[in-house]
Amino acid sequence: MSGSLVIRGGRVVDPTQELDGPADILIEGGRVTACGPATDPPDGVGELDAAGLVVAPGLIDMHVHLREPGQEYKETIETGTLAAAAGGFTAVACMPNTEPVNDDPSLTEFMLKHAERAGWARVYPIAAVSRGLEGRELTEFGAQRRAGAVAVSDDGRPVWSAALMRQALRYARHFDLPVIQHAEELALSGDGVMHEGRFSTRLGVEGIPGAADDVMVSRDLLLTADTGGRYHLAHMSTARSLDLIRAARADGHRVTCEVSAHHLLLTDEDVFDSGLDPNFKMHPPLRSAADREALVGGLADGSIDAIASDHAPHHPDEKELDFVASPNGIIGLETTLSLCLDRLVSQGVIGLARLVELLSTAPARILGVPGGSLAPGSPGDVTLIDLEREVEVDPATFRSRSRNTPFAGWELRGAPAGTVVGGRVIELS
Amino acid sequence: MSEPVWQRGDLLGVAELSTAEILHVLDTAESFVEVAARPIKKVPTLRGKTVINLFFEPSTRTSSSFEIAEKRLSADNINFSTSSSSLSKGETLLDTARNLEAMAPDLVVIRHAHPRVPHALAERIAAGVINAGDGAHEHPTQALLDAFTIRRRKGRVEGLKIAIVGDVAHSRVVRSNVLCLTRLGADVTVAGPRTMMPEEPESLGARVVYSLEEAIEGADVVMMLRVQLERQARASFPSEREYFEFFGLTAERLRGARDEAIIMHPGPINRGIEIASDVADGPWSVILEQVANGVAVRMAVLYLLAGAKSGADGTMP
Ligand SMILES: [Zn+2]
Repeated sequence: MSGSLVIRGGRVVDPTQELDGPADILIEGGRVTACGPATDPPDGVGELDAAGLVVAPGLIDMHVHLREPGQEYKETIETGTLAAAAGGFTAVACMPNTEPVNDDPSLTEFMLKHAERAGWARVYPIAAVSRGLEGRELTEFGAQRRAGAVAVSDDGRPVWSAALMRQALRYARHFDLPVIQHAEELALSGDGVMHEGRFSTRLGVEGIPGAADDVMVSRDLLLTADTGGRYHLAHMSTARSLDLIRAARADGHRVTCEVSAHHLLLTDEDVFDSGLDPNFKMHPPLRSAADREALVGGLADGSIDAIASDHAPHHPDEKELDFVASPNGIIGLETTLSLCLDRLVSQGVIGLARLVELLSTAPARILGVPGGSLAPGSPGDVTLIDLEREVEVDPATFRSRSRNTPFAGWELRGAPAGTVVGGRVIELS
Repeated sequence: MSEPVWQRGDLLGVAELSTAEILHVLDTAESFVEVAARPIKKVPTLRGKTVINLFFEPSTRTSSSFEIAEKRLSADNINFSTSSSSLSKGETLLDTARNLEAMAPDLVVIRHAHPRVPHALAERIAAGVINAGDGAHEHPTQALLDAFTIRRRKGRVEGLKIAIVGDVAHSRVVRSNVLCLTRLGADVTVAGPRTMMPEEPESLGARVVYSLEEAIEGADVVMMLRVQLERQARASFPSEREYFEFFGLTAERLRGARDEAIIMHPGPINRGIEIASDVADGPWSVILEQVANGVAVRMAVLYLLAGAKSGADGTMP
C-alpha cells in the first residue's frame, strides 16, 4: 500500500500537531513526509485537490464485527472494509467473535490476508481473551501479538470470570495489549432486551438494568488497580460507568473507554417510539436520557477517549424476527461520521479537532497502532471530510452486506469525501 | 351524518383506544350478553367469516373464550397453537404473515410471549388482528371484560377506587387494566412486593403502594393477579406461604375495603397463594362473571372489527 501523493488546498485538522488550518500533505513511500505550507512536490507525484474539504488523519473504528470467517451472509472482510472506506475510515479493529472464534494466530493471519487482498482499509484483528470465548482458558496473547493482533477481547460476551479477567490483565502486560471488555454482569442482564426503566415498564419488556454494566465495570476497575493492567471499556452506556472510569483514571490507573454513536444519540424512549423495531436492539441497550446526557458530557470534558461504531451486521431476515427474538446489534460504519458531524460538531457539543481525536488519534493510541496523526513519519492514511454535504441515510445504498440501522431516513449535514490509505487514494467501486 | 365511533380493523392494545371507543365496546357487549341465555346460543352475525386463533403460548382460558365467542357469532374458526402448528417461533414475521394470508382469514386472534408481535403482524396482513396477550405488554380484551364486569356490578367505573395487586412487573393484565380503567375515570392503585414491581412503576399511570392493606383501603374493587409460580425460582418471592401471608387476599384483610367491594381475578386462581378460598368463593367474588362476560365482550370486539374490515355494518343480534 505504499504510494506517493500530495493533498493540496484542504483545511488540515490534526490534534497531534494542534493544527487547524490550510496546509498541504505530502506522502512519499506510504508515509507522510511533509505537512505544512504548499511545497512543490517531487516529479511524478499525483495530486489530490482537497479545496473546500477537511483533511484529517485517517479515521480508525476500533470496534467492528466483520463476521468473516463463518457468517459471510451478514458481512465479509471485503464488504465490511468497503463499508469502512465509504464511511471515511482508513482502518478498523475487528472483534474475534467469528466462527471459528479468533482464538488462534491462524485466524488473525487469515483476516489480515483477506483485508490486504480487499485493499479498502487496514484491518487490525482483536484476539479472543479466552478459547472459544468460553471464559475459561487464556489464548496465546504472545503469538497473537506476533501475528498482528492489537488487543484482546471476548466481545459479544463479558469476560465473566473475575479470576480469568485478573489473569488476562496480568498476562497482557507482557505484550502491552489492552484488554477490551464488553462489561455485562449476565446474572443482572438476564433475559433483558432493552434498558430497564419507564419505557420497558410500559412495554412489559424484560429490562437490562444499568447496574448490569456498572457492576462489571466496577469489578474490572478493581482488578485493573490490582494488576496494573491496561483496561479498555467497550461501548460504555451508563452515567455511573463513566463516573467509575473517571475515578479510576484520577487514581492513575491505565483505563480507557469508548462510546458508540447510537448511545450518544438515542435513548430507550426511541426504542419505545419505534414500536420495538429490532433495528433499535443492541447490547448494551439504548439507555435513559440521563445516561445519554452524561455520555455527551463525557465527550466534551475529555473523559471519553474514543467513539466507535460497534458495527454489528445482521441479515435482514434476522431483523425480520420480533424484537425479543431478533439478534443484538446495528451497523454503523457508514453512518458514524455523518452522525457525529451533524449531531455533535454542528450542534457545538464538541469541536472538529476533538472529533478527530475521538475517531482517529485516540483509537491509534489505545490500540498501539500507527496513525492518528499527519505529522511527518505517520502513515499516509487520510480521511477527507465535506462539512457542507447533506446526506440522507439510505440503507439501500450501503456497501455493507447488512441494512440494520435505526438511522434510516435521518438527514445529516457533513459526510466523508474520500480516504487515502498508505498514500493510495481509495476509489470506491 | 356523524362519523361512526368504531373504525378500527385491529384491536392491538388499550393504549390506542379513546374513551369513546372503550365505551362503545362495552355498550356493544351489553347486547351480546343475552345470547348466552337463549336456548340456541347462536347468532348469524359472522356467518361466512373465517377467524384464525393463533396461540404461540398456551392459554386454555383465553383461547376457549374466543372460540366460544366466534362460534356463537357463527364464524368459521381454526385454532393453531405452538404444539399443533407449523408456524413456529423461529419463523420470520413476514413468513408467518404470508402463511396466514394464504388461508385468507377475516380476523386473526394472536397470543404471543413477546411484546408487540400482534402489532407487527397487523402491519403485515390484511386481516384484522386481535391481541389476545403479547408478553407482559397488553391484553386488551381482558381489560375490556374487566371494565364491563365492574360497570355491570357498580353501574359505573368513574370515581371508583380500584386496587390491582400482585406481580405487576410481569402482568399484561395490569398494564391494559390501568390504561382502560383510568381512561374511564377510576382511581387505580397497583401494589405488590418490590421484587415484583417494574422500574419506575408510576409510569404505568396508577398510584403505587407496596402493601396490600394500603392498596385495598377504601377500595370498591380489588383485583388480584395470578402469581406465576415459576417466578419463585427467579427470586421474586421466597415461598408461597410467605406470599400469602403478606400479599394474599383474606377475609380479614378485605375488611379494609368498602363493604360492598367486589373481588376480581383474571384466572386461573392459585387458592391459598394470592387469594384465600373463602374470598374467591365468597359473595363479593365476581370471578365467574368475568369469565361469562369475557365471551360477550369478545363477541362485541369480533363483531366490531369484522364490520370495520368489511365496511358493512353487519346485523346486530
Ligand atoms: Zn460488545
